[in-house]
Amino acid sequence: MYKNWWKILASILVLYTVIGGLLIQVPELPILHESIRNLYFHVPMWFAMIVVYLVSVIYSIKYLNSGNENHDLIAVESVNTGIVFGFIGLASGMIWANYTWGSPWPNDPKLNSAAISTLMYLAYIVLRSSIEEEQKRAKISAIYNIFAFPAMVVLLFILPRLTDSLHPGNGGNPGFGTYDLDRNMRFVFYPAVLGWILISVWIMTIRYRIRLIENKQNQID
Amino acid sequence: MFSFFIISLGVFAQEGKIEMADELRSSGKIYVVVAVMTLLFVSFIVYLFTIDKRLKKIEK
Repeated sequence: MYKNWWKILASILVLYTVIGGLLIQVPELPILHESIRNLYFHVPMWFAMIVVYLVSVIYSIKYLNSGNENHDLIAVESVNTGIVFGFIGLASGMIWANYTWGSPWPNDPKLNSAAISTLMYLAYIVLRSSIEEEQKRAKISAIYNIFAFPAMVVLLFILPRLTDSLHPGNGGNPGFGTYDLDRNMRFVFYPAVLGWILISVWIMTIRYRIRLIENKQNQID
Repeated sequence: MFSFFIISLGVFAQEGKIEMADELRSSGKIYVVVAVMTLLFVSFIVYLFTIDKRLKKIEK
């Protein structure tokens, strides 16, 4: 149980944000109304996605250094988990956009670049499945991953800031500034981000452990 | 110019009272949503923990 403390912490943090996110006072803003509470659930999906993608690049670099097959497996399963969180982020954002911006997919630079970066990671999966030989597959996909990660960061955090965007903090002023996020909301938002990051890492480790067992079985057969 | 001012004043007057879910809260039913979401999340976490446990068994 002592090794599971962070899983329990993640559960408590997100449970707190589910309850606090619905009940704690939020600022009264036009257009957004109560939908501002989506911030506690939609945005952490993206944070979780970015963190598992970061874990993935780190293990891709480690793989290139060590040639240890397990590092490659962590990199794949991190990307697999990240894609799920990316799709949940896109879908939840589309629902929110439909009711506040008037359309599920307004031509917003951040939406388009989020879609492109998700496609980039889908391409990683396609690339892997197209190479038969294991070491070659691991090596080429690790190199692809190292290029994909900075491209994703540029797409999500730099390009939308250069033009006008509907997302707060884009097109000029940086996000999460002191005047952007209400003080009350920080008490729920930060635990939500941390909680969901931990949960995404947890899901990733479960996938990795299943993959390890599958891998062992394949080698025995 | 003056008429524009009048119109914009009207718009501001409309935006003066921003509609929040006050009624939902006053009738107390927001707690139903809290209960449902808590149940959903707790089941999700319990499910994750059981998968984790089963995996641990297989690993041994």
